[in-house]
Amino acid sequence: MQSGFLILAQEAHEIQAGDGGWWADTAGIMLVLPLGAFLLILAVGKRMKYDGGEIAIGALAINAVWASVLMVLNMTEGVLTQTTFVIGRIGSGLVFELGWIVDGLSILMYFLVSVVGLLVFIYAVGYMKGDRRVPWFFAAFSLFAGSMLVLVGAPNLVQMIIGWEGVGLASYLLIGFYWEDIANVKAGNKAFLVNKVADVGLVLGAIILALAVGSFDFFDINEAAISGNAELGAVAVVGALLLFFGAMGKSAVFPLHIWLPDAMAGPTPVSALMHAATMVTAGVYLMARMFPLYQNMAQEARTPMIVLGAITLFGVGLLALVAKDIKRLLAYSTVSQLGYMMTAIAAGGYTASMFHLFTHAFFKALLFLCAGSVIHAVHSNNMSDMGGLRKYMPRTYWTWIAGSLALAGVGLSGFWSKDEILSTVGNEGYQFVMWVAIAGAFVTAFYMARATALTFHGSYKGQREPHESPSVMTVPLILLAIPTVFAGLLNIPGFSWPAIGNFTEWLAVRIVPMGDHHAESIDWLIAGIGLLAAVAGIAVGWAIFSKDRDRQEDRDLFEIPVFYPLFRRGYYIDDVALGVVGATNGPIARFVDWTNTHILDAIVNGVGMAVKHLGGFVYGVIDQRGVDGVVHGVSAAADGAGSVLRKMQTGRVQQYAASFVAGALILVVVFVFVL
Amino acid sequence: MEWFESWGVSLIVFLPLAGVLLLGLIPKANENALKRTALLVSLAVFALSLVLIGQFDFGGGRYNTYQFEVNQTWIGSINANYHIGVDGISLPLLVLSTFVMLLAVIYSWNNWDEPKNPKAFLILMMILATGMNGTFVALDLVLFFVFFEIVLLPMYFMIGIWGDRTPRRIPGFSRDVETRLYASIKFFLFTLFGSAFMLLGFLALYFESASFGERTFDIVQLTELGALGSFTGSFAFWVFGAMFLGFAIKVPMWPFHTWLPDAHTAAPTVGSVLLAAILLKLGSYGFIRIALPILPDEARNWAPAIAILAVIGIIYGSLACLAQTDLKRLIAFSSVGHMGFVMLGIATLTDIGINAAIIGMVAHGLITGLLFFLAGSMHHRYHTRDMARLGGNLKLMPVLGGILAFTAMASLGLPGLAGFWGEFMSLVSAYNPLDGLSLGVFRTSMVLAAIGTVLTAGYMLWMLQKVNLGEPADEWQSHEFHDVDRFEIAAWVPLIILIVVIGFYPNVVFSATTDTVTSLVDMVFNGDATAALTSLKGG
Amino acid sequence: MILNQFLILAAALFAFGIYGLLVRRNIVLILLSVELMLTAVNINFIAFESVFRSSDAIGQVFTIFIITVAAAEVGIGLAIVLMIFRNRKSANVDDLRLMRY
Repeated sequence: MQSGFLILAQEAHEIQAGDGGWWADTAGIMLVLPLGAFLLILAVGKRMKYDGGEIAIGALAINAVWASVLMVLNMTEGVLTQTTFVIGRIGSGLVFELGWIVDGLSILMYFLVSVVGLLVFIYAVGYMKGDRRVPWFFAAFSLFAGSMLVLVGAPNLVQMIIGWEGVGLASYLLIGFYWEDIANVKAGNKAFLVNKVADVGLVLGAIILALAVGSFDFFDINEAAISGNAELGAVAVVGALLLFFGAMGKSAVFPLHIWLPDAMAGPTPVSALMHAATMVTAGVYLMARMFPLYQNMAQEARTPMIVLGAITLFGVGLLALVAKDIKRLLAYSTVSQLGYMMTAIAAGGYTASMFHLFTHAFFKALLFLCAGSVIHAVHSNNMSDMGGLRKYMPRTYWTWIAGSLALAGVGLSGFWSKDEILSTVGNEGYQFVMWVAIAGAFVTAFYMARATALTFHGSYKGQREPHESPSVMTVPLILLAIPTVFAGLLNIPGFSWPAIGNFTEWLAVRIVPMGDHHAESIDWLIAGIGLLAAVAGIAVGWAIFSKDRDRQEDRDLFEIPVFYPLFRRGYYIDDVALGVVGATNGPIARFVDWTNTHILDAIVNGVGMAVKHLGGFVYGVIDQRGVDGVVHGVSAAADGAGSVLRKMQTGRVQQYAASFVAGALILVVVFVFVL
Repeated sequence: MEWFESWGVSLIVFLPLAGVLLLGLIPKANENALKRTALLVSLAVFALSLVLIGQFDFGGGRYNTYQFEVNQTWIGSINANYHIGVDGISLPLLVLSTFVMLLAVIYSWNNWDEPKNPKAFLILMMILATGMNGTFVALDLVLFFVFFEIVLLPMYFMIGIWGDRTPRRIPGFSRDVETRLYASIKFFLFTLFGSAFMLLGFLALYFESASFGERTFDIVQLTELGALGSFTGSFAFWVFGAMFLGFAIKVPMWPFHTWLPDAHTAAPTVGSVLLAAILLKLGSYGFIRIALPILPDEARNWAPAIAILAVIGIIYGSLACLAQTDLKRLIAFSSVGHMGFVMLGIATLTDIGINAAIIGMVAHGLITGLLFFLAGSMHHRYHTRDMARLGGNLKLMPVLGGILAFTAMASLGLPGLAGFWGEFMSLVSAYNPLDGLSLGVFRTSMVLAAIGTVLTAGYMLWMLQKVNLGEPADEWQSHEFHDVDRFEIAAWVPLIILIVVIGFYPNVVFSATTDTVTSLVDMVFNGDATAALTSLKGG
Repeated sequence: MILNQFLILAAALFAFGIYGLLVRRNIVLILLSVELMLTAVNINFIAFESVFRSSDAIGQVFTIFIITVAAAEVGIGLAIVLMIFRNRKSANVDDLRLMRY
């Protein structure tokens, strides 16, 4: 059912868009397919040749085709539709709906989740081969894909929360995939709890905004934000900040980023798809969905967002300099890139942010899969055990180089998206933040040079003979390398491809106007400075780490004086968080439990005891001696009388007869002589 | 179905009692016949409640009109009547009760706690069923009180006879006490203490109602009077206080909850399940059915206090959970937290809040009931509930462990599962309570309750980590464990399905409750409850 | 007057009966004593009837009624005695003292 207000919206805002026809009307099937795959794999996965992987891949393949069709439709004519159905209605008008929104933004995400997801799933068939409980892996992975699609397809905040926590659950399940080791379980718990803390913000923000507007619907809230609804205005900043707090958890914004590096405990395909390409961008996606609110109403919320975004992109990026674990390095890098996206969107760069999200999804997934391929070969996450792998794993090496260059912002897709961010932030007047972001680009290039040098160059330090991964793994790498190289061309400022236009136009197909700021032409100065910073980063990194030193440990350490311990400990945020958790879980909880038994229960027991003692007094003194004394007296009297009188019962019949006669005689005497 | 109109609800209430007679005639040794009879009776009762759903008119109508109403003179001299009926508020709870009872009978097929004796246990269960079902349909204060109290007796015996025998140190006692003895007596006396005050409140209403006509115990008539604002002033204050004591102890609200962990820990599995799933709801149902409509003005005065206690319960219960070492005790404390959300919803006096409370009750009944089933089955296999000794359960028993993980997720309020709606809507309602209630109190409550959800997630994950994940401890390595049997599956799978269905389609519950609740709020709180939300859009 | 002689006879018979009832130890003789007392009563009934002559001869009726009942009574009594004797090899009332405190 096409909702009528969407058509109204199109007319009101003069948006030119088609309705996507059948593909958009039934797009909800995309949301349901992976969830169905989840159940199906649970049921029959064990009996299948690829442990249910074929079911998961099949579901995502359909989705990928579907999303591609929608993408093409959106490129050519624009798609804008929304379908909902009611799942709960409460008397005074509170309505809960599920459904799917199909517009430029959501199609982008459908496409990313389905296509990148499909490639990662195929890769996982090779990567997970021979591992334990593979069916469960694919089931949980499908659960993730389904929840993520539910999230990005959400037409309202409630469905978004459902998908939001659904992906959180999948994340928890997959981080703790090897749950026999408690350390992995703890990493999962950490991810879940940090996100749950942030979710408080999301839930409260959703409630506050929705009650002000009277609807959980994105359309209604954004419409109210644009039209300057006074009730919304009163709570807009608080609500916007709360939503941002929610986004901070999922998108790992400082200081809630602490769960993401630990989340690398999961299998590498999980890290690639969930903790790099898609799930962690949910926060950015939420900000993009609610963009009109931030752009038109809650401007005050933007400053803290930008500040935290800048700290994340630079500060957390620095942590990657000292990481030993290749996945951890990439995780810090992901956090840093998410910081770029947050900063951009907070500065008003809706397109810039989403474009970076788009390119990042490809190259970061690629980098993780390359790392997975390496780990698969050397059976270690530690870069000290690697080195010189370019000779053994050429395909992995060259795709890694493509991904690294893209991430560093040299030429490939990452250059274009990062440049867009830099120029948007700069043009919006956040000059200082722009310089921080350029410094961040330097750091990014630096640590990627380091990772490349340590992993692929020099001499091999590990024990086992490494080997190139099977093609089920390398083909997805190559397929991901293609958009990694070329995706940037989709949004060259000021340039529009014939027939399909450019990324900015695709994204602009929204039910409400964006008020977006995007570059109309290439700002050569900023682009040049950015490129320079990246190249400088690579050069410095290469200079320091390309020398193949003898002792392993020396080689990969980057012991900057003073900062090294600070970086290794992640600015001690983990320790603070652990302290808080430890206090809650330990002394505080024990105190509460103590009060329960020793105060509340003691009162109950005390009352019970007092009543019992009162009872003892009543019984012993009043009852036993007083009341019972009387009763006892009566019974004793009866008893005594009885023991005397019963003597008369001799059993001699004739004695009774004699008494009878005597009695009769007495009566005779009485009757005759007295009466 | 003419007969059903007048006899259906009575049958649902009293068929279990007839079952008691039947069970009494079957010799103790013939266990199979006993179980089959009990199954048949509970199945019949559940089927009747399904028929009830089928015949129920979901259109609702004005609050205080009931369907399947029966009103017959019972004790004429005090004008107490056999007055029963069903409306949108009681329907979900009644069905929940018959449903869980059926599952409890199925589950207990092969799971008898010492000293076994299925005959006696089943008879107690059937009596319990009558009490629970009766409470949800009673429309007369005396009748309500009778049913409310009937449940105490079987539960007392269940805990006292089939309960946990380990001696425990209890502060204030000179010697160790058997857990079951302490728990059963505490449960009985604590609840009875509250009920005594509740009865006083009922009697006070009875005598006060004389000034508006005939003295009456009739809830329908009293509601009419109450909605007109008949009961006010210090009289209403004390009456509400008395009822509050009775209901709050049953819920249980902080600080009247201390009987609950002991009772749950000591009770046999089925006892815990029924206690958590149904018995606790009698209290919150009492608030909605009796305290709020009859004394609306006083409800406004008490609402902030109730909200504060509810939030304390949420935070306090969650924190206490983090300190538990006993699996059942942990689940018991989690009930304190979850019922806190229910009470927070009720305290807002809005339709959203009361709907939140009802769906919260249903969800808690399903989820916590299932958790207690699981805890019981684990105890049955490991012979310990000490979480420090457990671990790696998922490896030893994948199905049992998987269901435990699922249920823990449901319990922490994962969206898409039943537990979410109660918590979420309770927060929604606390943001905009009834006009005139302190926004400061309720919005602070909302924030604190939201933080409580983090703690809830914390202890549930922690429990999973301790019990389910990791490598099994050495003492279990060589043990042969049998995973779930078919009776357990038969008892649990319906719960799981329902948890998911309600999670994705809460209208299952709302379609029954929403009209009734809206009308209730409109009627007794003069329709000003919903000012903030009247503009919410329709689908 | 002829009535006095009858009454004296009856009184004598009654006194004999009481005497026998109180002093004999054999149950059969005690029963016979009771019969003696009944006979005395019967004689009184006949005597008074013959003097006062009620319209419906109620004295005779009663006498016959008493004779009938007495016959039945003796029958049952002797049967009981017989059973006691069979069980206890004695018909002495002093041996039958179960009914006492």
